[in-house]
Formats: sequence, C-alpha cells, structure tokens
Amino acid sequence: MKSENRTISTGATGLAGATGLAGVASPVSVSTDAPDGGGSGSSTFVATPDQVAASQCPQEQPVFSVRDLSVYYGKNLALKGVTMDIRPRCITAIIGPSGCGKSTLIRCFNRMNELIPGARVEGEILYHGENIYGPGIDPVMVRRHIGMVFQKPNPFPKSIYENVAFGARINGYKGDMDELVERSLRRAALWDEVKNQLKKSALDLSGGQQQRLCIARAIAVEPDVILMDEPASALDPIATVRIEDLMQELKQDYSIVIVTHNMQQAARVSDETAFLYTEVDEETAARWGILVEFGPTSRIFTKPKDKRTEDYVSGRFG
Amino acid sequence: MLISLGVVITLVPVAMILYQITSKGLGTMSWEFLTSSMPLSFRREGGGFLNALVGTAIMVGLATVVSVPLGVLAAVYLVEYGQRNWLARLIRFFSDVMTGVPSVFVGLFVYTALVIEFGFGALMGAASLAIIMMPIIVRSTEEMLKLVPGELKDASYGLGAAKWQTITKVVLPSAAPGIATGVMLAVARAAGETAPLILTALGSYQLTAKLWDQPISALTLAIFDGARNPFAAGQARAWAGALELLIIVLVFTIVARVVASRSRLKR
Repeated sequence: MKSENRTISTGATGLAGATGLAGVASPVSVSTDAPDGGGSGSSTFVATPDQVAASQCPQEQPVFSVRDLSVYYGKNLALKGVTMDIRPRCITAIIGPSGCGKSTLIRCFNRMNELIPGARVEGEILYHGENIYGPGIDPVMVRRHIGMVFQKPNPFPKSIYENVAFGARINGYKGDMDELVERSLRRAALWDEVKNQLKKSALDLSGGQQQRLCIARAIAVEPDVILMDEPASALDPIATVRIEDLMQELKQDYSIVIVTHNMQQAARVSDETAFLYTEVDEETAARWGILVEFGPTSRIFTKPKDKRTEDYVSGRFG
Repeated sequence: MLISLGVVITLVPVAMILYQITSKGLGTMSWEFLTSSMPLSFRREGGGFLNALVGTAIMVGLATVVSVPLGVLAAVYLVEYGQRNWLARLIRFFSDVMTGVPSVFVGLFVYTALVIEFGFGALMGAASLAIIMMPIIVRSTEEMLKLVPGELKDASYGLGAAKWQTITKVVLPSAAPGIATGVMLAVARAAGETAPLILTALGSYQLTAKLWDQPISALTLAIFDGARNPFAAGQARAWAGALELLIIVLVFTIVARVVASRSRLKR
C-alpha cells in the first residue's frame, strides 16, 4: 500500500499528509478476529463473550472523524449532529430502522450525496485529519481514495475485464493492466470463477458474482476505505456468506464501513457498530436521523446503554 | 372487435401505398435505373435517378454529420447539466415546436437566410435537412440518456470518475444503441423531405457532387418532378424512384428497430 496516495488534495497541504502518514505507517495489523465465530448458525444475534475480545479495533488514529455532521435535502433535515470515528482496518457497521439516514450517512464519506440535487452537508468529516468538505477539496479526488459498493450489484454493461480496469483507466494507470485485473479479482475471491471468461459481459454473471466484481472494481483503484451500502441485501444467503467472508479478508488491508439492515450480519462481521434512529418532531411531523449509540459491536449488542438501542437489537421493533 | 377494425382501417392505406408503389415501380426498376442519371428530356425512356440518389446521399449525409453531434451534445446538456433550468426548458420547448413546424417553413428560412445570398446547392439543402433532423435527435437522445440507470452513474462516480468521464465512458456507451435508433429515424425522415429541398437544392438533371454554386437533385425532388409532368416515361421513372426511396427508408427504419430491440435484450 502506498501511503503517498492517502492525501486528497494534490497540493502542498502538509498537514493532511503528515497525519495521514502517521495513521497508516503504524505496522500494527490486528487481524485476530474469527470470521466464522459469529455466523456459525447460531440463531441469536447477540454476540458471544469470546467475540468481545476478538473484535477490538486497533486503537490508532481514526481514518474518519465525523464531527457534528448534519445533512439536508433541500430544506429537510435528514441527519442531525452525527459524531463518530472510523478506525483503520476495522469493519464499522451502521444499523438502524428504515429511513433513519444510514445510506445518507455512508454516502457522506465519499461525497456521493452531492450528486443528489439540493443535498447539503454541515459539520465536517476529517479524513486522516483533513476535512473532505473543506474548501478546495475535489470530490472526485475524495472518491478515488474511498471506494464504494452499492446495494444493487451495478457492473457496467462491459466485459468483466473492462469493469475491473475502468477505475484504473480513468485514473491514468500506467502499470500492467492484466496484472492489476487479476490481482483485484483474486482479492475479491472471483478470479477462479471468471479467469477463463474475462471478455464475457459482466451482466452474464450471477448476482453474487456481480457484487464481488463490483468489489474487485472498487479494489482496483487501490482505495484506502471501502464503503458498502447494504452490499448483500439483494443476494441469496450463500452469496451473502461469501461477501461476508470476503469482508473479513479485506479488512486486513482496508477500512470498511457497511450499512446493513440485517442485525445478525452486523453482529457477525463488524467490529464497531453505530446505531441510528429516527427522531420525529411532534409539531411538524418532520423526521430526521440521529446517531443514538456508537461503540464496539459486542457491547452494542450485549450491553447497550440506550433504551432505543436495546429495543432495536433485541428485535422489539425495526 | 372494434380494436381489430381499427387495425384493419390503419393497415389498409399502408398496404395500398406499398402495393401501388411496388407494382407500378417494379416495371421501370432495373440496374440501368439505379446506375444512370436522368435523360435530358422527360419524354425519353430509360435513364434513371442516380443523380437524385447521389444528391440525397450527399445532403442527408452532410445533415447527419452536422446534426448528430450537435443534437447529442444538446441532449447531454439537457439530461446531465441543464435538467430544469431556464436554458434547458427553452431548448426543450423549441425542440418540441421545431418537430411540429411544417418543413416548408424550414425551407423558406434557409432560402431567405442562405440561398438568396449564396444560391441553390447541396449545402443549403443539407442545412435545411439538418434543421429538421436536429430536434428529432435531441428529443430521442434525451429519452435514451434518461434511461441510463442511475446505479451505473453512481458506480462511475464512486470509482472517482469526473462528470465528463462518466458521460463519455458510461452514459453515452450505454445509451449508444438507443441514440443510433433515433438517428436512423431522423435520417429516414430527412431522406423523405421534399418541400425544404425545393427551396434550397432546387433539383437538377445532372449528376453532380458539387456542394455549392450548383443546384442538385434529390430522390424526392426527382419523384416530384417526374410525377407532375405529363409524359409516361417521366411518370414511370417517378414510380421507380418512389420504390427506391421507399426501400431506403424501410431499410433504415428496420435497422433502427433491430438495433433498438437488440440493446433492450442486453439489459
């Protein structure tokens, strides 16, 4: 991993470069988690005590520091006052009932929200100490560092090869493209299934394969963080397990943020969990999302501090 | 019952036109007709519409070369940049109006704007055809661009593509078959235009590829000319010319439909 890639602005902003390097240069790579521990067929989604120790995140400089983030769509407040840290090489899950702003929040991390007309963000998100909403920051550069995988597998109507090569091509990649495509597909655990049909249309793949292709496509740009917006919600259980296993693999190199509807999934895969909930203004009936609780997944699922979190994770609503 | 009656009533005129043109045109249609130009007198038999075919090809070709890039760019502006702003509304409004304007007015416009100054010629004819094709291309391309799934654009943006990269590498390629369909329908429409060409290309008996300073023929002009003269030989050539034009337009329309259905299957 090249650490000089980590700063967003290509200019001489030394500050961001320094903190960015500090965050990454630490050689600690804690990956003692047990991927199958949580998912071993147990019907309860409450984490077992041995997971508590296993899923501690490396206490390094956070990749993202969200500071009092609010999002508006036009005049409507969608998300209010979120403050949280995303740790490196760690899976952070965002859970909560429908409409609580999970997707809105994750789309803030790579400034995808701006593509929606009327969307506006207040507060800041520090990426290795640099505010990605700061003046002079190009959202295109942000997105080259922070990859995204979407809810519905969305490969381009091109060949498998071209899908993976797309990001590298637009970034003016000069290296060996064949090698990059193979490496990315291997990393996404798809190589063995498609190595003989790289020229075939990506749309001929199954849904699960398409989603892994989308992950390979995101990896090929060599991002620092991978955002996943309900990556498995359109997939069958077997494909879902493959994606979850893959996430455990990937977190050795990448920081992963995942939005999920599925609490079992959050409990199985994530190290830290953010619980979002909808607040309603009694007078105007306006609704917006707030961050209720954020912490290690094991604690959120076993000893939640907030009553609403407890109700949600114990399945009383949502 | 009522529906089948409607179908029959609609199809009868179409079938009659096809039958008439085929039966009357087939007699004169020959290799000679396709490969030689008009005799200098209508009375004489033989000869053909090669000069008209060349004129149509030149003018429709030029009009396509001009109107496709402009029309596609305008559509890209409408969908990706303008959306609902005043300029986009204005372009949409005028495109709609332009598709409804009788084509003879377009001819009159080019006549006053260009022909009076520069004389009749292929360029003037092409200009009038381009004006007719443009709104068709703008609106059909706009519809096709709107059909490009937002997820594909999201994927492109998510990989760090700039807006122009997303448009050139994802949006336009995905919409290309649909855009091609619209273009071919516009070409078919232009190939069948007569009125604006009377006022801009004028028509000619000579085979020419000159772009200006010389009137040029077109299939529609030659058909019009042949049909309104009193001599049997000229009228026969007009029928054969009508058959020729019919086949050309039909081929373009069918190719357009095939391309469109292919691309739909792909999604």
